Amino acid sequence: MPRGIKGKVAILGMGCAKFGERWNCDSEQLMVEAYSEAIKDAGIETSRIDAAWLASAFDAVNIGPSGLPLAMALRLPNIGVTKVENYCASGTEAFRGAVYAVASGAADIALAMGVEKLKDTGYGGLPVRTRGTTYDMTGVVGSAPGYFAQLASAYRAEHNISKDDLKRAMAHVSVKSHANGAKNPKAHLQKAIDMDTVLNAPMIAEPLGLFDCCGVSDGAACAIVTTPEIARSLGKKDIVTVQALQLAVSNGWESQGAGWSGSYFHTTRIAASRAYQEAGITNPREEIGLLEVHDCFSVTEVVTMEDLYVSKPGEGWKDVLDGFFDADGTLPCQIDGGLKCFGHPIGASGIRMIYENYLQLLGRAGPRQRSKPPRLALSHNLGGMPNQNVSAVAIVGLAN
Amino acid sequence: MSKDIGILSYGAYIPQRRLQRSSIYAANAWFAPELKGSSKGERAIGNWDEDAITMGVEAARDALTGWDRTSLGGLSLASTTLPFADRLNAGVIKEALNLKDGVSALDSTGSLRAGSSALIQALRAASAGGAPQLCIAADLRKAAPASEAELAFGDAAAAMLVGSGKPIARFLGAHSVTVDFVDHFRATGVDFDYAWEGRWIRDEGYMNIAAKGLKSALEAFGVTGQDIGRCAIAISSRGVPENLAKKAGVNAQALIDPLSAQVGDTGAAHPLLMLASAFEQAQPGEKILLVSFGQGLDVLLLETTAGLTDLPARMGVAKSLTRRKPDENYLRYLFHRGALPLDRGMRAEKDERQPGTTLYRNRKSVLALVGGRSTKTGTVQFPKSDISVDQNDPGIGTQEDYPLAEKHARIATYTADRLTYSPDPPTYYGMLDFEGGGRLTTEFADADAESVEVGRVMRMVFRIKAVDDRRHFKRYFWKAAPVA
Repeated sequence: MPRGIKGKVAILGMGCAKFGERWNCDSEQLMVEAYSEAIKDAGIETSRIDAAWLASAFDAVNIGPSGLPLAMALRLPNIGVTKVENYCASGTEAFRGAVYAVASGAADIALAMGVEKLKDTGYGGLPVRTRGTTYDMTGVVGSAPGYFAQLASAYRAEHNISKDDLKRAMAHVSVKSHANGAKNPKAHLQKAIDMDTVLNAPMIAEPLGLFDCCGVSDGAACAIVTTPEIARSLGKKDIVTVQALQLAVSNGWESQGAGWSGSYFHTTRIAASRAYQEAGITNPREEIGLLEVHDCFSVTEVVTMEDLYVSKPGEGWKDVLDGFFDADGTLPCQIDGGLKCFGHPIGASGIRMIYENYLQLLGRAGPRQRSKPPRLALSHNLGGMPNQNVSAVAIVGLAN
Repeated sequence: MSKDIGILSYGAYIPQRRLQRSSIYAANAWFAPELKGSSKGERAIGNWDEDAITMGVEAARDALTGWDRTSLGGLSLASTTLPFADRLNAGVIKEALNLKDGVSALDSTGSLRAGSSALIQALRAASAGGAPQLCIAADLRKAAPASEAELAFGDAAAAMLVGSGKPIARFLGAHSVTVDFVDHFRATGVDFDYAWEGRWIRDEGYMNIAAKGLKSALEAFGVTGQDIGRCAIAISSRGVPENLAKKAGVNAQALIDPLSAQVGDTGAAHPLLMLASAFEQAQPGEKILLVSFGQGLDVLLLETTAGLTDLPARMGVAKSLTRRKPDENYLRYLFHRGALPLDRGMRAEKDERQPGTTLYRNRKSVLALVGGRSTKTGTVQFPKSDISVDQNDPGIGTQEDYPLAEKHARIATYTADRLTYSPDPPTYYGMLDFEGGGRLTTEFADADAESVEVGRVMRMVFRIKAVDDRRHFKRYFWKAAPVA
């Protein structure tokens, strides 16, 4: 195990745009909205930023290549800006770049911005796009719901769970996230729903119905990071530091090798194990106080509870139905509404998750604030599809 | 003629959807009430992802059941509906069958006789020696909505393996007549036939040109009608085969059913399809006469041998007939034939341009479904790669070719996707584990809610993956179909 970055980097400020169908905003306005909040929170001038990372995933309807759009939108002082793309985990990837820059000492203060402008696509859901000329000859051109729906078929088969039981657990995930989203003024979807609505919704990709799928949103989120020492020197008292930051990427074993059942995320298990080791966590179910996971689809959230070693294998669906992850449960998951209701502007989502965890740690989350603020919070940001993906786990906590 | 020249094996393919003629009639009765008389029975229709190439591949695989493919010397594809006017269609089939590069390939077209003429040429060539030749015939003809042809046509393919050795049927002779008799025609690039009056075709075409040609053929072969044990006359006009047989002195009991009630007239494929059917019904030692009509006629005489009973089991015509799904969705059929421009939505706007370079480099994996196997650990994977997916084989370049197309596979994951664009929604797809190793996530063909579940066994089929509407190119790949 490398030395890692535990405690070396502090979050100086964060900001998040209102997520949703922002018909009248370009990426530029979304970025400025998130940045305005973050720079105010950080309490610094733009000129103090030494380097920046920009995350965005869908170029075709978005900002196009390079770091230029961020540099120009924020009028950054000709610093290095790196554009990153790592599927739906792009946000955490940008955060990782900024954190690494600070941890290495190459930068004193670094910025990570995630942005996605999806509602110029012309239809609901994600834009249909190529995955390269080689892949396109053999790969399935399915929808994102279709890729993730396959999890359900394999999870049922592996753990001998009935279609109805799994469908109810999935529905509980969505009902819970809608209830949480209703308390979040920045959320894309702010309306509570009931079980019947979820269970009777039109089918998108069996067994995922409309309400098993997250919102497709415009949005941006921003983090400014520095060292704990500089944060203190700038007058910060409660310091949130990065306890672990791990990324695991499929190498083809799941999709081409043998042994993967299709019912879980191989990379999430690896990223989670490494993150717990880096953060010194031995019992995540007890030690972690808040979860923000990549609930792109309800079934993803169910199996992720097991992949993060919070639920036992084959029992995630039971914990869900028991209310373990509800806002007033033992370990709330998606207390801000999650991808499901806060929304999913792809490049911004990973940073949005950290934003929520940051607010909750500091007791600044307003009506949705966990009554007893957590000490450690985990975010899980996933990109790709179950058989080929990018899985990021970030753990942030209050410094002693 | 040498006694050991003839047909070595046969195969057939009939798409499983059978459009009910009553559905076609019901939709068009307001406009064409005269179709009522032709509205009984059903016709085979290829799915949106089938064409003469894909159906030809299936018939070829059927014919090659238990056959060593490396022994083939060449193949031909006969069709009046070849997907490409200039790209060797038989060459695509060659790749799909994973034949060696050192084979000949030929497209035969321009007439409903294309299949029988190619077969006769191959039989004659076999007399001069050489490796076996596979003669494939397939047609997926379009017909104008509310036309007689729409009710009469069917989609299918058949294949005959021709050569020397131990034929199932010896080649006794062939006779052809060529007359520019324009009973119907279809200009290049046009979708539908233009046909002249049926009574004239019957009187002059069948009862004059065909009857005379048949008489000359029997004389040339030195046989009489009474010698014929099975007679396949690939003419779908009602009563015509019976009248031709009577004129030629062929016993009415010898006639092979033209499959009008179950399949329809499958064009250039029909003579070979009926010949396959004749083989299924014949005993060793029977003379089989094949008659094919189109700007003249081809007559072929064969005699079955004891080898007929030694052929391994196959789908053939008989099993293909029972593998059927009655279909009453006439609008879907029209849409699949391009006759009904449904609003396909923005998702269908994805650019399907196929770089020729990429396809050429990857032709073995894309067209033949050849994967890789580690020479160090035996691990099978798709696609083949420089570095094995097996972490116990860290070397570079350790993989050998490993064909997967003929392996069965079990469903590991699946979904029915209603969001992604498909001409035949929902799109079924999932991850498959091949028997003997290797896995692949691909689309399912001919699947429905009943046929798909984790653990279910599937077989691979060569289908159209996507169509580039802008450049008129078809992309092919392998899909998984429920095992019949």
